[in-house]
Amino acid sequence: MREIDVKDITAAVKEAAIAANHELGEDLLHALAHGQATEESPTGREVFRLLLENARIARENRIPICQDCGLAVVFVDLGQDVHLVGGHLNDAIQAGVRQGYEEGYLRKSLCHPLTRKNTGDNTPAVIYTTIVPGDRVKLTVVPKGGGSENMSRVHMLRPAAGLAGIKAKVVETVREAGANPCPPIIVGVGIGGTFEQAALLAKKALLREVGSKNPDPELAALEEEFLTLVNKTGIGPAGLGGRLTALAVHINMMPCHIASLPVAVNIQCHASRHKEVIL
Amino acid sequence: MPRTITLVTPLTDQDVEALEIGDTVLVNGVIYTARDAAHKRLVDLLAAGQPLPVDLRGQIMFYVGPSPARPGRVIGAAGPTTSYRMDPYAPQLLALGLKAMIGKGKRAPEVIAAMQTYKAVYLGAIGGAGALISQAIQEAEIVAYEDLGPEAIRRLVVENLPTIVINDCRGNDLYELGMQQYAQD
Repeated sequence: MREIDVKDITAAVKEAAIAANHELGEDLLHALAHGQATEESPTGREVFRLLLENARIARENRIPICQDCGLAVVFVDLGQDVHLVGGHLNDAIQAGVRQGYEEGYLRKSLCHPLTRKNTGDNTPAVIYTTIVPGDRVKLTVVPKGGGSENMSRVHMLRPAAGLAGIKAKVVETVREAGANPCPPIIVGVGIGGTFEQAALLAKKALLREVGSKNPDPELAALEEEFLTLVNKTGIGPAGLGGRLTALAVHINMMPCHIASLPVAVNIQCHASRHKEVIL
Repeated sequence: MPRTITLVTPLTDQDVEALEIGDTVLVNGVIYTARDAAHKRLVDLLAAGQPLPVDLRGQIMFYVGPSPARPGRVIGAAGPTTSYRMDPYAPQLLALGLKAMIGKGKRAPEVIAAMQTYKAVYLGAIGGAGALISQAIQEAEIVAYEDLGPEAIRRLVVENLPTIVINDCRGNDLYELGMQQYAQD
């Protein structure tokens, strides 16, 4: 049994929230540079250039990559041999989000759903905790922007719809989103599970490194096929027309009920921000 | 051919009529920010027959909720938010003389129609480029609804804020055209 003080979790969440909002991952920078080199549309190439410039300014001048610093989604992989001391895990995470958004000059974007009154400190974060083997804690802070989240969908298909139905829904979701979610996007697809599990599968798919191959060869082939289909829409960078509407499609799949075929499409803007910390 | 046009606010009908979809527009001068909650308040005031806190005639509204300024800075990141959420409110503001809106994403047919009726344009800024766009903002002050925090109405002074004409005052749509040009269905 390893003891971890929850104040270390607060500190880690705070730093991760600030870092995620100012520094894009190497995988994404590489994908944007590749886009600038390969996009057919001249306007699209210019958009890629500006996005890389934006990332540089954000990193060097400590300005958030995007003014929408997101709703903080926090994934916790909690080793079952860890004993947390000094307080409650969820309280510690919320404190980290509160401190990170305040001290990092990040926008507080949460409000009461009916009165629309801002909560003032960007809490509550949405927290998903999974108990895993081992004596470590992995925290992944994902500032999720509203624009791309609004364009995401869960479809409860009939099993008869099959793979063709899934493809059609993925393309339809991207097409309807158009310029709204800040393309070039990353498309997270969750297939199977239940209504909410499909959405969670899709969200977790967004965390995979852009440019990485799905370890399941069947899904890897589907991801390539879906990406080709999505990029035939012509929406392009910033929605101004082009070949690169999406940088990647990532799929997670699990079994579902014999009556169901849930498909979730979680759309992520090009500012795919997430920061992982292991304690 | 795409052109680059420098505009200084306030805008006239002639300024708007000269713009075509695909033109790059560098915006200069005073512009106002407003997003969801501020729009609702403005339209509620109109419904109650009350005056608005800002005179919108000839003005540009930028759909943005900036992140907080670090000490010594004018503003934080300040890129466009998605415009369709302002569609229910936009025609009423265009009727008052608002000449341009800056945002991202497609507009409703009724907003595009209102732009034709009242001679206005919709300018797209690059979504997710908030750090870059903030470099064009020279001054920022809250002029209404401070309690809304990031959603307060701000008066910005901008210098060469880069935008592109998405909808001109003749009903054309760059998103539609751009997509058609590259679609492979």
